[in-house]
Amino acid sequence: MRNIEPLLKVENLRVEVPTRRGILVAVDDVSFDIAPGEVLGVVGESGAGKSLTGAAIIGLLEPPLRIAGGRISLGGRRIDTLRYEAMRRVRGKEIGAIFQDPLTSLNPLYTVGHQLIETIRTHLDMNAVEARARALALLKEVGIAAAEQRIDHYPHQFSGGMRQRVVIALALAANPRLIIADEPTTALDVSIQAQIIALLKRLGRDHGTAIMLVTHDMGVIAETADRVAVMYAGRIVEIGPVRTIIDRPSHPYTVGLMASIPRTSGRRGRLQQIDGSMPRLTAIPPGCPFNPRCSQAYERCRVERPELMPAKETLAACWLYADAKAERANA
Amino acid sequence: MPDDAILEVTGLKRHFDVSPPTLERLLQGKHRATVKALDGVCFSIKRGETFSLVGESGCGKTTAARCIVGLYRPTAGKIVFDGVDLTSLNDRKAMAPVRRRMQMIFQDPYASLNPRWRVRKIVAEPLVTHGLVTDKGELRARVSELLEQVRLSAADGEKFPHEFSGGQRQRISIARALAANPEFLVCDEPTSALDVSVQAQILNLMKDLQRRLGLTYLFISHNLAVIYQISDRVGVMYLGRLVELASADQLFATPRHPYTRLLLETIPRLDPHGEREPVAGEVPNPIDPPPGCHFHPRCPYANERCRVETPALIDDGETLVACHAVEERRLPT
Repeated sequence: MRNIEPLLKVENLRVEVPTRRGILVAVDDVSFDIAPGEVLGVVGESGAGKSLTGAAIIGLLEPPLRIAGGRISLGGRRIDTLRYEAMRRVRGKEIGAIFQDPLTSLNPLYTVGHQLIETIRTHLDMNAVEARARALALLKEVGIAAAEQRIDHYPHQFSGGMRQRVVIALALAANPRLIIADEPTTALDVSIQAQIIALLKRLGRDHGTAIMLVTHDMGVIAETADRVAVMYAGRIVEIGPVRTIIDRPSHPYTVGLMASIPRTSGRRGRLQQIDGSMPRLTAIPPGCPFNPRCSQAYERCRVERPELMPAKETLAACWLYADAKAERANA
Repeated sequence: MPDDAILEVTGLKRHFDVSPPTLERLLQGKHRATVKALDGVCFSIKRGETFSLVGESGCGKTTAARCIVGLYRPTAGKIVFDGVDLTSLNDRKAMAPVRRRMQMIFQDPYASLNPRWRVRKIVAEPLVTHGLVTDKGELRARVSELLEQVRLSAADGEKFPHEFSGGQRQRISIARALAANPEFLVCDEPTSALDVSVQAQILNLMKDLQRRLGLTYLFISHNLAVIYQISDRVGVMYLGRLVELASADQLFATPRHPYTRLLLETIPRLDPHGEREPVAGEVPNPIDPPPGCHFHPRCPYANERCRVETPALIDDGETLVACHAVEERRLPT
């Protein structure tokens, strides 16, 4: 499956914030790709840089945040250097976005039909009648009952779960090849979360849409993603197939993260915890950013920064694997 | 009241008036409207245990917590804390001794700490308010001790809240809650705003403190996995009513109420499992909840009786459950 030409290719992406006290690096040398129809989960704690990576891809970084290095290409075409107008056409047409809070993505003054039709006509060559028919079809596709009536309702007349469906319909309006979903289920109740997850999965399957799913909720990732990238302090520390990352992670941070997630079955009692917290951008330690919290850290980890390297069944940025391999080679 | 109960809640109701303004009612013929955030809830909490309330947003779990600590006045019902009926206490003076013994930890560690106060002053506030420590040196020593108890250092007292991460702030909230030596802590979603690795730290800390200080917790959360980890007994709420009450082991192993089953079935989880069809429907509007059992429009086992008659919480072996289908033994197990 990894041999398919990737749809999205991110290479050595670097996002910076200039501040009075110097330049802070929020996303540091991040590389990954997503194949058509694939769901890539991006997990990490708040401040790990996962949302900024998504924002950089759709060109919605808020100044003074800026892309300071690397390249982003979609379907072979470089998009990080596009001018504002050209990027605006890519956004919506080729990349759809779903954010955490559906209310901020919808204009309260217009009916959902109006907003859908506007988006459709901006990106597709359709007249008003065709666009309305497409809007109706989209609302039905995302599971909104009585779409014929609901299309003329305003956002406030929808419940939270239904609003998120409308946002998904908007993101799908122009049949994008990639959807960036940033915490799409976080604001929703569990029974609604499951419905939205099922919807996202079906979209990937039926339309071949690639999805970058950014969330802090490993449960959502486990249900939805094909592969997972784990971010820590602006870097990807491990990337691999979803079941492997969950069941047999390699990087000590991922190991700790998975063990600290409370589960609803099995033994109860003390949860495993990782002491300390993720460093602030102003105080990222040299070497591996996880080294002060890592029980297996040694001299090299404190000095030299590890790149992603083959580790057991995934790629992990951890010296344990480079040195283990070297030892095996010497032996 | 059983001997070992520290808190007993009976028939607790809290209604909120959400009527449109008088003029609209007069001119447009709109009607008064009430949200029954709590519609007759009964439970008791044993000394030293962790009792949890779980449910989706709008189920009334936070309203219950706020009624118990006295932030809301109940519309009806009784809240008896260690033999004292809190609903009969009318003035602040009568409440004060009870208040000291009962403290609250809030969800948002960013909103619940005064940003202009040093941590030392924040943690000392309950001691000063209740007049427990008057000597300055003693106050300093006690605050340092409290900070160390939640694994911060005494020197952290000189800092301001913004200098701390979310998890550390929640530790400060816990230190403040513990300042007056309470017996009972009401924790409203204390880890919902935190990252998982930090959540584990806080949950472990809360368990350690409970064991060491003999605390009783009322724990409120929407996160079932957290509830499973921390609770001894669990009450499941739906639209202002308790639908099931059981020990955590019992509830998660053999959920009885169809709503509890739906919650456990739909929660996104890490362990591999087959594809399942998510349950349709959403929590109905609390202003106009369905008659009979509130859950009947989403329930696959609902019949005529469920649409009309409100089920009472009945004892079904090891579980208390409010469901006609369970009572009539027509629920598949």
